[in-house]
Amino acid sequence: MSIDTVDRTASRPEAAPLETPGRRRQRISTGILIAGVGVLLLVGLASTDGSARFALSDAFDEVQLPTVTVPGFTTVLVCGLLCLAAAVGYLSGSLRGRWPVLAGAVAGLAVVMGFLTWAASGRELPFPVSNQFAGTLSLATPLVFGALCGVLCERSGIVNVSIEGQFLSAAFAAAIVGSLTSSVPAALIAAVLAGLVMAALLAVFSINYLVNQVVLGVVLNLLAVGVTGFLFDQLVEPASLKYNSAPVLEPLPIPGLASIPFFGRVLFEQNILAYLAAISVFVVWLVLYRTTWGLRIRAVGEHPEAADTVGISVRGIRWSAVLAGGVFGGLGGSFFTLASTGSFTKEFTVGNGFIALAAVIMGRWHPVLASIMCLFFGFVTQMASQLQTLSTPMPSQFLLILPYVATIIAVAGLVGRVRPPAADGIPYEK
Amino acid sequence: MTPSSPPAVGTGLRLRGITKRFGDLVANDSIDLDITPGEIHCLLGENGAGKTTLMNVLYGLLQPDDGTISIEGVDHAHETPKEAIAAGIGMVHQHFMLVDVFTVAENLILGREDGTTGLLNMAQARRHVRALSERYGLNVDPDAVIEDLPVGVQQRVEILKALANDAKYLILDEPTAVLTPQETDQLMSVMRSLRDEGKAIVFITHKLREVREIADKITVIRHGKVVGTAKPTDPEADLAELMVGRAVTLVVDKKLASPSPEPRLALKGVWVASPNGTLAVQDLDLDVFGGEIVCIAGVQGNGQTELAEALLGLIRVLKGSIQLDGRPLTGLTPSETIDAGLGFVPEDRKQHGCVGTFTVAENLILNHYDEHPYARGIALDLSKVRQNAAHRVDEFDIRTQSIESTVSSLSGGNQQKVVLARELSRTLALLVACQPTRGLDVGAVEFVHKRLIEERDRGTAVVIVSTELDEVVALADRIAVMYRGRVVGIVPPDTSREVLGLMMAGVPTEEALASASSTTLAEEDAALEASLEEMHHES
Repeated sequence: MSIDTVDRTASRPEAAPLETPGRRRQRISTGILIAGVGVLLLVGLASTDGSARFALSDAFDEVQLPTVTVPGFTTVLVCGLLCLAAAVGYLSGSLRGRWPVLAGAVAGLAVVMGFLTWAASGRELPFPVSNQFAGTLSLATPLVFGALCGVLCERSGIVNVSIEGQFLSAAFAAAIVGSLTSSVPAALIAAVLAGLVMAALLAVFSINYLVNQVVLGVVLNLLAVGVTGFLFDQLVEPASLKYNSAPVLEPLPIPGLASIPFFGRVLFEQNILAYLAAISVFVVWLVLYRTTWGLRIRAVGEHPEAADTVGISVRGIRWSAVLAGGVFGGLGGSFFTLASTGSFTKEFTVGNGFIALAAVIMGRWHPVLASIMCLFFGFVTQMASQLQTLSTPMPSQFLLILPYVATIIAVAGLVGRVRPPAADGIPYEK
Repeated sequence: MTPSSPPAVGTGLRLRGITKRFGDLVANDSIDLDITPGEIHCLLGENGAGKTTLMNVLYGLLQPDDGTISIEGVDHAHETPKEAIAAGIGMVHQHFMLVDVFTVAENLILGREDGTTGLLNMAQARRHVRALSERYGLNVDPDAVIEDLPVGVQQRVEILKALANDAKYLILDEPTAVLTPQETDQLMSVMRSLRDEGKAIVFITHKLREVREIADKITVIRHGKVVGTAKPTDPEADLAELMVGRAVTLVVDKKLASPSPEPRLALKGVWVASPNGTLAVQDLDLDVFGGEIVCIAGVQGNGQTELAEALLGLIRVLKGSIQLDGRPLTGLTPSETIDAGLGFVPEDRKQHGCVGTFTVAENLILNHYDEHPYARGIALDLSKVRQNAAHRVDEFDIRTQSIESTVSSLSGGNQQKVVLARELSRTLALLVACQPTRGLDVGAVEFVHKRLIEERDRGTAVVIVSTELDEVVALADRIAVMYRGRVVGIVPPDTSREVLGLMMAGVPTEEALASASSTTLAEEDAALEASLEEMHHES
């Protein structure tokens, strides 16, 4: 037979693309969510009066930028209508190709703009925009480190629920060593070592002893809480001057760039850890997708048997990925001590490790997407605290929820292949 | 050259006294095997005979409990896959060792990346793939993602992956299980050209037809032992006897079907989505009459499983109607479809067919435990359960120590008999059996086939989903070929393999009939027989 049947059929056109039930459900639920938020904005119109002012610079800036004033009613109306338009697009199913992504992004932005305007309109004080963004970056820094830790572990097939525990022990180590040595580098090294120890515990039990990884992660978190709490009570608190007064990281303005109006203050007046986080995102991306080590990490996370049959040590690669994650976990933990007051308190990291884990999943196990999710979470937290100072009429808990809704909409709009590494969480037994 | 002559010293592979135990089970019992370059060596044996275990030992994936492996005169004790690869052994696994989300090029360089800088050189990897596919005539796109490729092409990638390491000894583990007949032919010509290049090929299979077509040497393994060698010219019945250990009838004995005047099962425009959200069955029409067997043929993953599960009510039908004896089946739960007279033999008996930790007696009433006579109010009438079990064990010749043994302690064949005994022990309107003989030894296959035909002769509409073409041809009164969720065509069982193969690749019936020569299966077999006879005379 001369015809190559396989190739001939492979090149045949696929059956007409039809919407699968899963896709349809996702599209409709996204549409309903956006529509709901749009309706909420329009309801909010009743209590929107006057104009909303947004301050682009604060009193200490060299170059004073004008305060932007937008008409409250019109802006909220436009934002609400944009949401409804996007919702109609989703619900009617008429969006094709790139359009669903675009509509999702527009709706997400409109939600944030709409609610900010609604909250700020008719207030005494302008909304400080540069504070908002600078604060976002600062809050996102430890989350980014945590997310990178999670991405590295989970890409190799190890679920890391103990990012929180790594944060906590690293923050504690940074406080103690920083206080004893008065040296920032020493504190950072101690934090990284603490992160590595926690990562090694995760690795040895999950990789060598095949312990259920989620249970193990929870236990490691409890261990970190217990050990740091005990040492804090017994050792640190009685002599807090000696053990709990680590040096604090100063902002490092980048010469030249830092004096750019608005952006300089937002982007280039951060501390060393924030710059390091930005570089790390790129480094982890490079490692995962452009190096042989990264190829092997992804292979053992997807199909460990396949890696084994070509002579790759599954355990070795998983160990290396978890330990590399530990370095980032340690750096992230050090931020809590060194970028704030230089002192540690019990259960200091308040769930940031779990938020980082959420960012990993929402960012689809991709370093860059996960970091963008971290920025979202940072933005949300910062906005809630800003709005509290503006004394808006609505309860602050409610304010806290809305931007998360915006996040979900944005994520849902970016429809694609969402699935974890195939072997994530499954111990490899030879 | 006699088939049993060992290779010259310093060449080829020598396995001596290889023993591998898993707990009490001796998977390999002091096996000796010689592999010579330039030969296609078939390892023939039933499922579970220990062929794959032996090859995993050779490839370093398993460590033998006893015995030695010598590769070209060098002893390799406690070998790892890495050492086996370095020594020139390549293996195409039955379950492909490919990372689904990687491209072809990424899969090919995995584990053998050019490691001077630590950076991936994908441009070089692509060139490498192209060079390899050109050299061996195995056409693949280096940038294609594995999960988007048809199974046959994935297998090519597996073969290329083994060849990329300059393998001199290529092990192919049941490579034809997932292929259409045409793809099998192509694979065989690739195997021949590799052999002619001087490579040694170990071809693991249980299909006699293929062995006789391609083998240079045949080693037969039964219950973990080498039971003999054979020549490809030996008659099929002799090979089967050697493989099974007793004489077997290879032809299924069945009378002509006498179908009912009206279809008992009628599917119209049925759409079904698979659990992962893709449309598995699309706009499918099918009528099945009482007293006939319709086999659904096709390469694995073309919607057959989803169709069967939709009939049972395990997954929802999106659109269309399914009627059994004029009553709608759509929208019913599995327990309602069972009450409507459906018997179901699932594809994976361990996962879905029976509960391994339950006893034989309990498994035999799983689908009607809540009915007369087994249920008395909320209690089970255990004496009735035992009576039933004793009766079925006897009727279906289930080899078990007692009716109180757990099902997981039985062999695969006997587990399948438990499932059949349960499903066939009531009056059925429709029997749906998926891969009813997968992984069974020949004796059990005979038995299962006999019972399926008996059920047909009682007037039941029988639907059998099978990827084994031999089984399809042997059992079917009509064959419905499925491709990408649709029925390509319905043909009689004497249709040639070539036509069926083309249909399994999506070629419409008329086109397939036109492009294939009109040889029937019987003629094809006769031709093969004649050519083998000829070879026999020459040698």
